[in-house]
Amino acid sequence: MKYFISILCFSVFSFVQSQNCSSTFSGEVHDFHDGTPIINATIFIENLNKYTTTDVNGQFSINDLCNDVIKIEVSHLACETKKIDVTIDGDTYLEINLEHHIEALSEVEVKGVNTSKLTKTTQETILKSETIDRFSSLNLGDALKQVSGVSSINTGSTIVKPVINGLHSSRIIVMTNGVRLQDQEWGIEHAPNIDLNTAGSINVIKGANALAYGGDAIGGVIVVKPSKISLKDSLYGKTIITGHSNGRGYNLNSSLTKTYKKGWYIGAQASLKRFGDFEAPDYSLTNTGLNTKGFSVNGGFKTFEKGFNISYSYLDNEIGILRSSHIGNVNDLVNAINSPEPSVIEDFSYDINAPKQEVTHQVFKTEFYKRFKKFGRVDIQYDYQNNHRYEYDIRVGDDKDKPAVDLTLKTHTLKTNVKLDSKSNVTYQFGVNASFQNNFADPTTGVRRLIPDYDKYDLGTYVISSLRLNNDINLDFGLRYDFNQIDAKKFYRTSSWEERGYDTDFPDLVIDDLGTQLLVNPVLNYHNVSASAGISYQLNDNSNFIFNYGLSNRAPNASELFSDGLHHSAARIELGDLRIKQETSNRVSGTYNYKNEALTLNIEAFYNHISDYIFIEPTGTTQTIRGAFPVWSYNQTNASLYGLDLTANYSFNNQWYINNKSSFIKGRDLTRNDALIDMPSTKTVNSIGYTNKKWLNLNTELQSELVFRQNDYPNNNFEVYNPTTDQMVLVDVSTTPPTYHLLHLQSNITLNISEKTNLNIGLNITNIFNTDYRENLNRSRYFADDLGRNIMLQLKLNY
Amino acid sequence: MKNLKQLSLILLAAIAFVSCSNDDDATDNPVPVNEEEVITTLTATLTPVGGGTEITLQKQDSDGDGPDDAVITVSSPLAIGTTYNVNLELLNETESPAESINEEIEEEDDEHQFFYTATNDVATFAYVDFDGDGNPLGLEFTLTTADVASTGNITIKLIHEPNKSAEGVSDGDITNAGGETDIEAIFPVVVE
Repeated sequence: MKYFISILCFSVFSFVQSQNCSSTFSGEVHDFHDGTPIINATIFIENLNKYTTTDVNGQFSINDLCNDVIKIEVSHLACETKKIDVTIDGDTYLEINLEHHIEALSEVEVKGVNTSKLTKTTQETILKSETIDRFSSLNLGDALKQVSGVSSINTGSTIVKPVINGLHSSRIIVMTNGVRLQDQEWGIEHAPNIDLNTAGSINVIKGANALAYGGDAIGGVIVVKPSKISLKDSLYGKTIITGHSNGRGYNLNSSLTKTYKKGWYIGAQASLKRFGDFEAPDYSLTNTGLNTKGFSVNGGFKTFEKGFNISYSYLDNEIGILRSSHIGNVNDLVNAINSPEPSVIEDFSYDINAPKQEVTHQVFKTEFYKRFKKFGRVDIQYDYQNNHRYEYDIRVGDDKDKPAVDLTLKTHTLKTNVKLDSKSNVTYQFGVNASFQNNFADPTTGVRRLIPDYDKYDLGTYVISSLRLNNDINLDFGLRYDFNQIDAKKFYRTSSWEERGYDTDFPDLVIDDLGTQLLVNPVLNYHNVSASAGISYQLNDNSNFIFNYGLSNRAPNASELFSDGLHHSAARIELGDLRIKQETSNRVSGTYNYKNEALTLNIEAFYNHISDYIFIEPTGTTQTIRGAFPVWSYNQTNASLYGLDLTANYSFNNQWYINNKSSFIKGRDLTRNDALIDMPSTKTVNSIGYTNKKWLNLNTELQSELVFRQNDYPNNNFEVYNPTTDQMVLVDVSTTPPTYHLLHLQSNITLNISEKTNLNIGLNITNIFNTDYRENLNRSRYFADDLGRNIMLQLKLNY
Repeated sequence: MKNLKQLSLILLAAIAFVSCSNDDDATDNPVPVNEEEVITTLTATLTPVGGGTEITLQKQDSDGDGPDDAVITVSSPLAIGTTYNVNLELLNETESPAESINEEIEEEDDEHQFFYTATNDVATFAYVDFDGDGNPLGLEFTLTTADVASTGNITIKLIHEPNKSAEGVSDGDITNAGGETDIEAIFPVVVE
């Protein structure tokens, strides 16, 4: 081990001397990044209790040492303290490099979780592990709603997609352990395939300013990071057991990590989650259960200067979809909307029947980094993801147990990032991403492919610079270029091909004519340019401002281009359009932070103008054998979204505090001068909390969640003939549910079982008064009420 | 410098690895999906009790969920005050030869039921065939036309997973049936 550490010290010169106890130990202390001498660094010989400091040239010298192994500790203000074992053999000279960038320092932080921000000039919020653990048995989307301005779009209560400032799906990048998640995120009922239990911290960056992750994150970036690895000999772990009254669910998660002082580490984590039918206040939500299994392994080597990581994760989700949300035609939908209760209510069961989905997601990643003296850090990463999605519909006969959708999406990504941080006031970052993606739709389903087979190639390159003008002002600039090519092979019904006018616009794409069907081969290329600029200004000790601007382009996804057919879970026929071009967002935002001992305040405002905004809207009905069916088509318009997010916390004393999180957003269709569809409601969450360290570390908080009715929505209602009543009836798909107010309680205590082991017991009650409500952005709202009261008991053992 | 060389080697190896792994499948075109449970055509054949001209009511949608609207045909007007024996035939004509769906429905007769309604009281209906529990299925039924000349719509609906024990359902009242619609065909008819 001693030899190993001596490698860390770049060079060791030894001179052989015969005398004992008259050796001189001398050397120089330098900054790792730019090689400048560090003045006034302390050199402390632990086992001899001697110390000295470096002079103006960074040099030091200690006389009269015996030939022996000494333990020295080198420290300097704002530097990482370094401990080195040195063998004194005659006069000994040592060059020591200290790391003094605070930002880089946090990357090797010895203890605790990493809570450093990834950016300085964007609207960024961090969720720490204590918060994440509370949601251990729930979803990523549920946890993210703790961030003001983040809401969710749901299908029931188990398919939860995060919405950042009104934008979701392909407009949000989800990074997990350094890998950009590629899991068919285009669909509204395709939730991110992330086991929340793998997360140590989550950073939410609003807007497209974090260009290193991608140029198309018009909504924002969610960065899920694993827990920090500490550089010490240690074995630690965590086990969480959770039970829920609603859905009679349970969750078991356990993780164990072994670390070595030298830098090696290995860890593993596994989780199991099972829920039966959930309950609304007045009835059971039949077929809404959930069955999740996941595990991950993670190992590697890590020091300040170099390291590598290999990881693999597996997640399997089987998710039931409310039985009564399956409809045959538009009259069934009308009946569902007008009926106060869902049409199918059965007794509680853990069974998950059709309609349901089963999704398996696997990620393999390998990463390597190295720092170079007076230069910076180079990262190289390769990852492979396999996402296999089955959707089961209610089918008859031999097809009963056959999936209606069977898609396999494979993605290979190679990326490099170089960060030049040898100067303390300016850093440059540049990198290249290349990825290849293949989608395969299995034809044996006996149902026409909703998404076709395709190959997709992406190449991106970016440059980012961060400038620290002085202690108060930071500036960031970034530029990114992405090329996307999508090469699809798709069967169109001849009737659809002609109805859409493709036969005149794209006659050359047809490669095979099967009579009623055409095989076509569109190859679509997109060039996207993104840019960002930001400034943060520290006004005084309490106040700080951030302003930024982001330009981003997003190429249409496979769903927007190619969707063509009946989408049962959405009760509509969805039509993409080959002519859709990329959308362009220009977003400006401003943030004000205030902090003193009692009050913290964060106000974030934004304005996002999106040209050629891609959205789906009702465009009539088509007559099928089942009767009239609503048709929704992807369309483009110019849109603007603007809003305000507020987070405020006031502590009366060490024990009592109040907290407010509010968000307000408006979305406008500028072309038609109308409201945008699917915008989150205005929401305000007020909490009062009490903590007392003496009472077993008690934390308790009462939360009031008030969600106002969305009054701005486009009227997409239409009328349809009902043969049973021989009348035209209104299909009210637009009217939004009323305002609702929910009360939640959360509390926990911590018992210290031994020096290194503690047990945290949490009791959470959501929807205390069992209030009936429906949420506008829940696809199931046409069919059933949202969840009733849930009592959750959680035991968390840290060891 | 040496480090940079090592680095570029790793980069090269990684690129080689990625490019190799991409070369598989590529060229072959996807195969068309053989749509299995599509119902394109509903034909009701009306045979007058005691003989006479057969009448057919047909709803045909050859392109399934595609943009072409279904085609409704009624071969001729119905006779006043006449009872017809009606047989329904369900076909998937995307396959060649066309596949009959009747069998599937008969096999799962407890999960299916047809419902018939008429506007302007042009006709009344009675079930002829029943499932194993004695509840109506409705692939066969009788249709009796009004005693006066009139026009109206006859609607035939197939409901999947209805609640057959709910009130009125076994009498052919769809109100409490629930389930979801597999077929909805509306035929404008003339009784003369």
